[in-house]
Amino acid sequence: MTATQETSTEPAREIGRDRRRKEDQRLITGRTRWTDNITLPGMLHMAMVRSPFAHATITAIDTTEAAAAPNVVAVYTGKDLDESAGVLINAWPITPDQVTPAHPPLPTDRVSFAGEVVAVVVARSAAEARDAAELVDVDYEELPAALDLKEAAADTVLAHPDLGTNKSALWVFDSQEAGTGGDVEEAIAKARESGVVVEREFRQQRLIPAFMEPRSVVVDPTGEQMTMWSATQIPHIVRFALAATTGVPESKIRVIAPDVGGGFGGKLQVTPEEWMAWWVARQLMKPVKYTETRSESLMAAHHGRDQWQKITLAAEKDGTVTGLKVELLADLGSHVAIVGGGVPVLGAFMFNSIYKFPAYHFACQTVLTNKAWTDAYRGAGRPEATFAIERIMDELALELGREPLELREQNWIRHDEFPFTTVAGLEYDSGNYEEATRKAKESFGYDALRAEQQQRRESGDPVQLGIGISTFTEMCGLAPSRVLGSLDYGAGGWEHASVRMLATGKVEIVTGASAHGQGHETAFSQIVADRLGVPFEDVEVLHGDTQIASKGLDTYGSRSLVVGGEALVKATDKVIEKAKPIAAHLLEADVSDIEFSAGRFSVKGTDQGLAMAEVALATFAAHNLPDGVEPSLDSDATYDPINFNYPHGTHLCAMEVDTETGQVKMRKYTCVDDIGNVINPLIVAGQMHGGLAQGIAQALFEEAVYDDAGTLVSASFVDYLVPTAADLISFDVGHNSTPSLTNTLGTKGVGEAGTIASTPAVVNAVLDAIRQFGVTDITMPCTPERVWRAIQDGTAGAKDPTTGAAAAHFDPATDGAGQSNIADGTEGAGQ
Amino acid sequence: MIPTQFDYVAPGSVDEALAALAQHGDDAKVLAGGQSLLPVLRMRLNAPEVVIDLGKIDALREIRDEGDTITIGAMATYQSILDHTGIKGSLRLLHQAISEVADPQIRHRGTLGGALVHADPAGDCGAPTLALEADLVIQGPSGERTVAATDFFEDLFTTAVGDDELLTAIRFRKHDGWGSHYEKFVRVAHQWPIVSIAAAVKVDGGTISEARIGLVNMGSTALRASATEAALVGAQATAEGVAEACAKAADGTNPPSDLNGDADYRRHLATVLTKRAVLKAAGG
Repeated sequence: MTATQETSTEPAREIGRDRRRKEDQRLITGRTRWTDNITLPGMLHMAMVRSPFAHATITAIDTTEAAAAPNVVAVYTGKDLDESAGVLINAWPITPDQVTPAHPPLPTDRVSFAGEVVAVVVARSAAEARDAAELVDVDYEELPAALDLKEAAADTVLAHPDLGTNKSALWVFDSQEAGTGGDVEEAIAKARESGVVVEREFRQQRLIPAFMEPRSVVVDPTGEQMTMWSATQIPHIVRFALAATTGVPESKIRVIAPDVGGGFGGKLQVTPEEWMAWWVARQLMKPVKYTETRSESLMAAHHGRDQWQKITLAAEKDGTVTGLKVELLADLGSHVAIVGGGVPVLGAFMFNSIYKFPAYHFACQTVLTNKAWTDAYRGAGRPEATFAIERIMDELALELGREPLELREQNWIRHDEFPFTTVAGLEYDSGNYEEATRKAKESFGYDALRAEQQQRRESGDPVQLGIGISTFTEMCGLAPSRVLGSLDYGAGGWEHASVRMLATGKVEIVTGASAHGQGHETAFSQIVADRLGVPFEDVEVLHGDTQIASKGLDTYGSRSLVVGGEALVKATDKVIEKAKPIAAHLLEADVSDIEFSAGRFSVKGTDQGLAMAEVALATFAAHNLPDGVEPSLDSDATYDPINFNYPHGTHLCAMEVDTETGQVKMRKYTCVDDIGNVINPLIVAGQMHGGLAQGIAQALFEEAVYDDAGTLVSASFVDYLVPTAADLISFDVGHNSTPSLTNTLGTKGVGEAGTIASTPAVVNAVLDAIRQFGVTDITMPCTPERVWRAIQDGTAGAKDPTTGAAAAHFDPATDGAGQSNIADGTEGAGQ
Repeated sequence: MIPTQFDYVAPGSVDEALAALAQHGDDAKVLAGGQSLLPVLRMRLNAPEVVIDLGKIDALREIRDEGDTITIGAMATYQSILDHTGIKGSLRLLHQAISEVADPQIRHRGTLGGALVHADPAGDCGAPTLALEADLVIQGPSGERTVAATDFFEDLFTTAVGDDELLTAIRFRKHDGWGSHYEKFVRVAHQWPIVSIAAAVKVDGGTISEARIGLVNMGSTALRASATEAALVGAQATAEGVAEACAKAADGTNPPSDLNGDADYRRHLATVLTKRAVLKAAGG
């Protein structure tokens, strides 16, 4: 090998470049490996028979007719299952005495939510399976259903009569007990005497993650390892849970999450559909596929949020906060899902947010009901916490007649106080709330909008203007394993990466953080390209297949970059360290004289050097390596974070409210976020805009509504209103970066920030517009009807739950007309 | 989502389509643009044995300018109606309402005739058809008949088109000299209207001489606000002038209650939105 002597120019740095995402062409065109695109020889199809009742005894299931239908291979009910079917696990029992209903893939004698699978039909085509599923005759005896969260918490009706209670677990954190702060009751008592106490109750409505690709699973039981393809966020956890519950050794299981079309937490789950596909394939020894319909997805994939939040805030008369007490009721749905009650617990450390509360108490009662189970949804616990604190800080400002931003500033952690240990026991490493707020106010035109608001109030304009604030923080980068252990979570929070140097100088990197649309392939390529000094295009990112990425804990909780990216940095650095002695040997220099920069190993003080690709080829050939050096540069690393990290930001929202109709319209939305260093500004912009849209959607549009019988009313996108770009404005997104001190790249999570921050900003703005009518609160979503009624009533507005039937377009139940009139042929030309 | 199995026929002419309807009767469903029927089939809310697709009958897609009238074939897509310059000029109310139907994909597939015969009271098209006093041309085994828009909508999803008949065209008198406005109230752009108002008015010297008001989603069919129409005649085209008449917009209606609003809220909306629609119509 001849040492090259040309001096390479410094390549453009990849980190910080707004690279278009390399995965987008295949994802957007759909010409890729979605699970439902997979077809295997001899593959059978499954269709589900689901309960129409929220709570009922199954008295009989007659499968005779379905089994005799054309090309039906098998029909299974709960009674057919044996131990090898496994169970659906709860990985986070939040207390030792948590009440956890048994969760087999199919129930045998009782259904506990509308949408629960009671039988599975297997046929040679998906259409034949669906047709035959209609022929399964299930006799139910309806039972009273536990639906309303507060009533369920009072055990008036039991979701699972055999358990004797709906109360699953009570999780408590108290700053005095933990030694992180004072006694909150004392603070409240003192404030009642000489300060101010603000008590409010907020409703976090139930939401549906509504990912774009419905869930799908294919299982191939042939071969040494059985393979499951699943549209999941968590292939590694699915593999572990299958092994732990079905008796199949982990070494015999391969799980692949191919390209996955979004999740938002909604695919962080182990599902009855996956477990049934696994079991059915093993029974029949043939490949099987199941893909849910959108209706099934809305009804039976897990939901999110659903809490009542009772908040008590104590403060001195000058506005200094002295105590915060949080009492939550959290709706688990019919079962404790994989994270389940852990979701509100993730919020437990965040209600105190950026404020210096000296005393804090948090208690969360999780409650079983006869509704779809709840679990992670973008933000998972932290949006709920942020909503409550940012709403009540506005209430405190109002109580004291203070400017809400000034009141916040009086109480928040100043930038010179970092690192700061909070009353919840977390150490915030970095941040600058003053600077983010200054920038946001300036870009928003805060003072001018306040003046316009005043002018509209004075002139009695039918369109009133309100300004909402959310100065949020969050904890992300799940998670230090020791912390998870102390919270009784069933796994760690590390992440794994490996780097393979190929003979041709190309690089394969393997990450255990399995992406489902986030852009890992692009961002991780940028990191490695910079670090190894190779072209961006030469880096391939492999993930989502337990045979390739054998170790990993997957993607959720804004962890991929801050935990997975750090593992990747460490693995990449090992490659360089392994290459140095080989380069030194080839350059006939001492290893201590070798420097690595911009993809080149060079001998200090000379123009002698070798490119990384040359060292890789020499290592592959292995003709001339130093004695005792293995012929490989490949390296891996497993990284366990030492701390969470804490993105923050100031979000300002201006809303116009048409007081004659209640219609709300977003006028301006400005946010300045601190997410540390940015790898790819384009991906970050996408995450911010999408995250904001989802948080705004909670404030204004989305709600999973059940009727009195426990049927999901918002069971299609006709009634579950997901906004599109046409319903939103162009957001004004800015940054103020203070690099995180807890990872090499100085990054903080961004995937959830917009969703966590935006909801209270919007609701605060709507309220700010109509407070002069005596309105003190509006339940989410702030529909025009609710806003109008709040103005009419001049009170707390509509605290009532959303009621009413689905719109009549497709609903056969409405006035008995939708179906029957269409069916009798009067539709004529159709539409 | 997989429909139940059905047979499919695609007649090449209206006569063939009528013959197919005569043959299959109640077992058949007629497919126009498919923007409502296909979801219904896929959700298995209906399971016809035969689907008769009108998509191959080119004659039904024609839009003809006949001088005083414009006749729109029942199978003309929303987009082809939007692209027609005569409609943009002389039937602005229809044009505006159709421009706000759903989203571009649906507007390229869905048809005016299909929407009218589907007769969803929350559809955008019924109210302007009523306000513009269109005539609907229906063909059946015994020939062609014409039904006035006011007699066309009978009930939820029910029209004057019989089981063995087809709507073939919608004839509109040109409304040059009229002002109009379609005021649509939604929470998100792609949803059906919570309430919409289709207003057409004639103004002479600042006074309203004629008014037609169509209501969307205020009952089991698209409706006309006759009390308001009558009260507007002679009113000054000002906010004060029309206020009393527009306060009657919900008189005699029986609007639905659903997740987007209860009936009383819809009645309130109807009055506010009618006033806005009338003023915009009078101003333009």
